[in-house]
Amino acid sequence: MFNQFDLVVPRSLDEALAAMADANDEGATLALSGGTSVIIDMRARRIAPEKLISLGNVADFKWTQLHNGRVEIGGGTTISDVLYSSDMPNAAPSLFTAAQVFGGQMVRNAATIAGNICSGSPAADTVPPLLTLDADITLSSAEGDREVKLNDFYTGFKQDVRQPNEIVTRIGWDRLSDNACNLFYKLGLRKGDAITVTGVAVTLVVSDGICERARIALNSVAPIVKRATGAEQMLEGQPLTPELIEETARQAVTESSPIDDVRASAEYRRHAVFVLTRRLLNEAWARLQTGESA
Amino acid sequence: MKELTIDMYVNGEPQSFSVLPNETLMETLRNHGYVEVKCGCEKGDCGACAVLLDGMAIDSCLTLTGTLKGRAVTTVAGLSSGSELHPVHKAYIERGASQCGYCTPGFVIATQSLLNEIPSPSDEDIRIGLSGNLCRCTGYTKIFDAVRQTAAELNEN
Repeated sequence: MFNQFDLVVPRSLDEALAAMADANDEGATLALSGGTSVIIDMRARRIAPEKLISLGNVADFKWTQLHNGRVEIGGGTTISDVLYSSDMPNAAPSLFTAAQVFGGQMVRNAATIAGNICSGSPAADTVPPLLTLDADITLSSAEGDREVKLNDFYTGFKQDVRQPNEIVTRIGWDRLSDNACNLFYKLGLRKGDAITVTGVAVTLVVSDGICERARIALNSVAPIVKRATGAEQMLEGQPLTPELIEETARQAVTESSPIDDVRASAEYRRHAVFVLTRRLLNEAWARLQTGESA
Repeated sequence: MKELTIDMYVNGEPQSFSVLPNETLMETLRNHGYVEVKCGCEKGDCGACAVLLDGMAIDSCLTLTGTLKGRAVTTVAGLSSGSELHPVHKAYIERGASQCGYCTPGFVIATQSLLNEIPSPSDEDIRIGLSGNLCRCTGYTKIFDAVRQTAAELNEN
């Protein structure tokens, strides 16, 4: 039922990068991570690669490091690694929430954060959290490494700044301060194992009632997962009020461009962006006032 | 496509499979008699094909056998040996958590994998842990009972 392809199973990162070296824009050579997206796309004949480089057996590719206020994870780190980590509820509250509602258990055990980013799906659930954490990623090839801000990664629907021979080997972000709150909400047709209809992540950093920093990211409502930067700017430097939060949520809607599909209408999604943005900002603000972050 | 020889373990036994690169673990297992592994949706929604890979449940329909050299796979039949029942098997029977039975191998595997990570799961943990398995018969209540019973039993020992 699949197309035919050759399979390379490197044991080290160097071997993996060497195997990726001849990849070109045609998509004939693809990196295979957990397989929960690539295998499904092949079976549905949306893609037909000639060579797959499996990253599942690359040594020392699955790791998590927390030091000096930074959180770093490896390219092979899975959704379950985040879900079962005792540090992540604090180190990345919104990402932990996303891990809870990501696919089902078997998908979470196989799927990687890097793979979810690279799938380019507008519905990718780890991306709104990582955008609100100002995450950066390392792209590696046989020629070397380069760092890219996740916010600069996507260039269009299922398109990104990766060269064909590059893979994501590291994802990192700064831990949030105590006066920050970071939340994610996924609206799906059911709670588990669902593709997101509308997702919103927010980060609020507040000092003395003034919003120092705001991040709002949306998924499933545009060709890419994106930040609502206009809405963020309305909050920054301002004293928070329910009225301002309501206006900000309306602004976020204007920065979305949803479509009608089998899961929901564009109109419903626009309403969901408004309701969820308002709800999460109010919730974050309330938690910060009671001194309860995360 | 070049044929690959994959030496791996299934239910504790060493096996050597000759497979094409585009063969999934579900196909390999069923072709070699491990028909307790069920084929459902083939897109990671239903969980009927779940097996343990080095102790963690994965969908065998989304896993290429060619990537599994040296790895250890356990099916629902391999959780215990012979006619002996594993505590998860027993709990599913005693609680009536299986009706038509097609989804049951996947549920049992997902239950074991969940308990490996969270030995005393809350109802919310169970809900999250079993969200990748679909059952169209039981309504899930008896399945939740079986997971709770297994956890209680394993924690006693």
